[in-house]
Amino acid sequence: MTLLAPERDRAGRRPARRLSTTALIYLALVGVLALGGAAVALDGGNLFATANLVDMLTRTSLTGFLAIGMTFVILCRSLDLSVGYVAALSSLVAATTMDGQPGNIPVAIGLVLLVSGLIGAANGAFVTVLGVNPFIATLGTGLILKGYLDTQYKGPAGDVPAVFQQFGYTRIAFIPVSTVVMLVLAAAAVWFLRSTRTGHHMYAVGGDVDVARMSGIRTKGVLLAAHVLCAMFAGVAGLLLAARFGTGSAEAYTNLYELDAIAAVVLGGTLLLGGRGGVAGTVAGVAILAVLDTVFNVMQVDPFAKDVLRGAVIITAVALYARRQLDRTARRPRFTLEGRLR
Amino acid sequence: MKTQRLAAASVAALGLLLATGCTTDTPADTPDEETTAAESGDEWFVQADYDEQLAQRDIEPEGDPNTPWLQAIEPEWIDTTEYAKEGGDATLCFSNASVSNPWRVTGWITMQQQVEVLQESGQIGEFRVSDAGDDDDQQISDIQAFIDAGDCDSIIISPSTTATLTPAVEAACASGVPVVVFDRGVNTDCAVTFIHPIGGYAFGADAAEFLVDNLEPGSTVLALRILPGVDVLENRWAAAEQIFGDSELEILGNEFTGGDAAEIKNIVSQYLERGEVDGIWMDAGDGAVAAIEAFEDAGQPYPVMTGEDELSFMRKWEETGMTALAPVYSNFQWRTPVIAATMILAGEQVPSEWVLPQDPITEAELGDYLERNADMPSLHYAKFGGEDLPGFPDAWRDR
Amino acid sequence: MTRFRDLIAKAANPTGTVFILLALILVGVFAMNPGFFEGPSLMAFLKQAAPLVILAAGQYFVIVSGNFDLSVGALVGAQVVIAARLIDGEESRTLPVILAMIAFGVAVGLVNGLITTVLKVQSFITTLGMLLVLYGAIRLWTGGAPTGSLSEAFRQAGRFGIEDVPVLGQVPWALLIMIGLGAGAIALMRSRFGRVLMASGDNERAAALSGARVDAARTAAFVLSGLSATVAGILIGGYAGVSAQVGDGLEFTVITAVVLGGVVLGGGRGTVLAAMAGALTIEALFTLFNQMALPATLRPTVQGAILIAAVAYAARQRARPAPAPATPTATATATPS
Repeated sequence: MTLLAPERDRAGRRPARRLSTTALIYLALVGVLALGGAAVALDGGNLFATANLVDMLTRTSLTGFLAIGMTFVILCRSLDLSVGYVAALSSLVAATTMDGQPGNIPVAIGLVLLVSGLIGAANGAFVTVLGVNPFIATLGTGLILKGYLDTQYKGPAGDVPAVFQQFGYTRIAFIPVSTVVMLVLAAAAVWFLRSTRTGHHMYAVGGDVDVARMSGIRTKGVLLAAHVLCAMFAGVAGLLLAARFGTGSAEAYTNLYELDAIAAVVLGGTLLLGGRGGVAGTVAGVAILAVLDTVFNVMQVDPFAKDVLRGAVIITAVALYARRQLDRTARRPRFTLEGRLR
Repeated sequence: MKTQRLAAASVAALGLLLATGCTTDTPADTPDEETTAAESGDEWFVQADYDEQLAQRDIEPEGDPNTPWLQAIEPEWIDTTEYAKEGGDATLCFSNASVSNPWRVTGWITMQQQVEVLQESGQIGEFRVSDAGDDDDQQISDIQAFIDAGDCDSIIISPSTTATLTPAVEAACASGVPVVVFDRGVNTDCAVTFIHPIGGYAFGADAAEFLVDNLEPGSTVLALRILPGVDVLENRWAAAEQIFGDSELEILGNEFTGGDAAEIKNIVSQYLERGEVDGIWMDAGDGAVAAIEAFEDAGQPYPVMTGEDELSFMRKWEETGMTALAPVYSNFQWRTPVIAATMILAGEQVPSEWVLPQDPITEAELGDYLERNADMPSLHYAKFGGEDLPGFPDAWRDR
Repeated sequence: MTRFRDLIAKAANPTGTVFILLALILVGVFAMNPGFFEGPSLMAFLKQAAPLVILAAGQYFVIVSGNFDLSVGALVGAQVVIAARLIDGEESRTLPVILAMIAFGVAVGLVNGLITTVLKVQSFITTLGMLLVLYGAIRLWTGGAPTGSLSEAFRQAGRFGIEDVPVLGQVPWALLIMIGLGAGAIALMRSRFGRVLMASGDNERAAALSGARVDAARTAAFVLSGLSATVAGILIGGYAGVSAQVGDGLEFTVITAVVLGGVVLGGGRGTVLAAMAGALTIEALFTLFNQMALPATLRPTVQGAILIAAVAYAARQRARPAPAPATPTATATATPS
């Protein structure tokens, strides 16, 4: 998609000659694919058999939606720990609104986007208006949603009509529709960040909020927009869950999807300190995690060994390009917006 | 500009792909809407299921009581000749929800040992496993991968959550291979057999009835629960609520502990500071010992208590001589699915719903079960049913 | 009067918020159950709270130097499981195993610190990775569920104390350990190390220019966090014994506690005393919920709302023109705690 496009630095200049971080990440993805393919081949399998490709691509879609959304907030030097809860709530809103009636699908989708957007707006307001650190603000939102879900739902609820389940199950050749939708949204997000004013401003706000404000950017509005977008992407993830489950499930929040999403974003070369990176890298990050999972599955790796390897790979991968990233960022490593947004 | 052209190109490509080959993995015919709709409510009490499970406790199961994993309560045998496969060496594919708690760890060891026996006898060739780590979406992918691989002779599924895995299990059934579901069920009966102990209502009722029988009217009971929103656990509590509701016991509260010993001890200690607690009801035995210790540390008499057949609880029970019961969610059910799969592939009859016995361990049986499991570590489950497997006792002891 | 004015001044200070909140919650607890303030039940409360308070002190060092430690929950769990497996009920192994646990805690902290400072991996990712590695490795080692058992001697620290003290009843060892380590943490923050740590969180570049060894201080902070998780593991294991779920989710509780104490994520601001008070506040809040018999499923909602409100209030205080400069230099932050 944007494989060799040099990533923008803070001032929007393009660094000369050096391979961009995004390209490096896609190289890492190719490396992981090659290593994984070799390992599976030694084991007597074929990582690139259709079944495995389908598996790999399917795994990208859910984390993909969450991670694309997460990229916006992380670019703005914020964070969203509530996406898992938003996705779980969205799956319930979708499934109960549809209630088995195909006619209700448009209303359900609209309602999910509205509800998740409002939660995102609340997150954004906590961070920008109340000055609460995003880690705490979104953790708090997550807790509030958790309490609501636990009180309101004692198990799966709602009924997703077969037509909408196609979103989770249909595929074109070996590419699942959900993955196609994810990639289309990723392309839209890349376009948004590169070609719209708000997109540019997100880099500026994440780079240095004071400088951004002084240059006339309405920083609070930008940050709010990022949070709304992030939550809406989590809403789309919830729609996918509903389509896959055929019902809505509050339990989905127990899977710590938010940490997966953050890991994918950072793996994709976006700095947790904000201002650098992009959605193209995030998609590669998501793909790396999906390839790993498929390789582990095909090779029948013990589930606990899987955790160990996952942890080690995440650290190693980030270590590979962390140094060069930070070299170019002479900024105070303050992971907060408190007191700087007012 | 460039991105716009890119977008146009990708839309065109998408259309082309759509035109060429579009497949869907959902089964073409969705089962009758009625059953799914009936199950989709968020209330976890179904009177008919409750009555059925309570009644099943008193029905003598068919089969040899020495091999409870082969017994069945009121089985309805079905013909499986259509799945018969010549020559043994079958490839079994097992989609496991997780091994994230000691009960599942114990059962998983038992299953692997059973598989080894069947591999040596040549009935099973390859045993392929994927573990979803409690993630429903992951398990759907796992099941899909088995279907797409196309070389599974039978797919065994231990679903992570009841309703959410239904479409995936339906897809597995539609692929034509015999499907065996065990432990938690799904909202479809497309599987050849669904194996499970009597169920959550029976578990909760066994425990609640014991407290009602052994406590004076007006006594206080504290309910300790693991998590909200898990159907099998909600059923246990729903049954207990029914029985407590008809009794004269006072329920002080129902608290979620996450199964964490420290949390349990905190909560019980706080209740003890405020007043007497005469009975403890638990929806699973994890951390039961910590609850008992809270009474010791507060200098209070032991409560009447229901835990589970987990060994550290049973050992503590014997040591203290308290009045207790170990309700059982039969761990030996982990043996049955692989045996069932080989039976189906041999064209033998199996029950369409294979209900295994589920008898609590009473004080009279306590000594016997502790002796049989003397070598076993804590967090092992007494009714694991693997004593006759060749790997016993090392496989479970040195897990 | 001056005392009263002092109090007002303290309350206006962002780190003072936590003390007000703690007092409010304790008043609530008292209203629900006056018996709570009798010696024995107060001691029991402090015994339960001690591990979180100690973890909060450890996490404070990491946060104030500008990092995160998400691996502490998994480390606490790992330590308890290691203890049970290695001791396996043998009293004589207690001490060697505790020494091994301390070594392990230091090693984990050191690895976290070195990956973060030398390899420049952001601490969120370093410690998230460490969380996964510890969670998986410990289960791989024990076959999925903890094995073995703890010795009586091991359980002393977390479960027992000095018995038959007048008024108080039992004075728990856990409380004494908490006070000792808390005092140590405060002293440490007043030392040169504390100033360097605070400065590296506040302004890395300025700290480095003024000759502070920023990376070494940050690595040491991770080691201190690993040590605090070890002590917390010993106390939690002692208090309640072994269970498969021990330590789960503690990392978020403890970070919440530290932030509630007015410590700023990103570093450079806040005191260790307030961080520990944050941990007490969280524990008191859970006690209040329990006393109020608030439906268990609803508790997270109330917790989340209080969390956001408290941190928002503190942020408001901080945003007001304060006597301290907004970006204190390395030398101007010499008065922590």
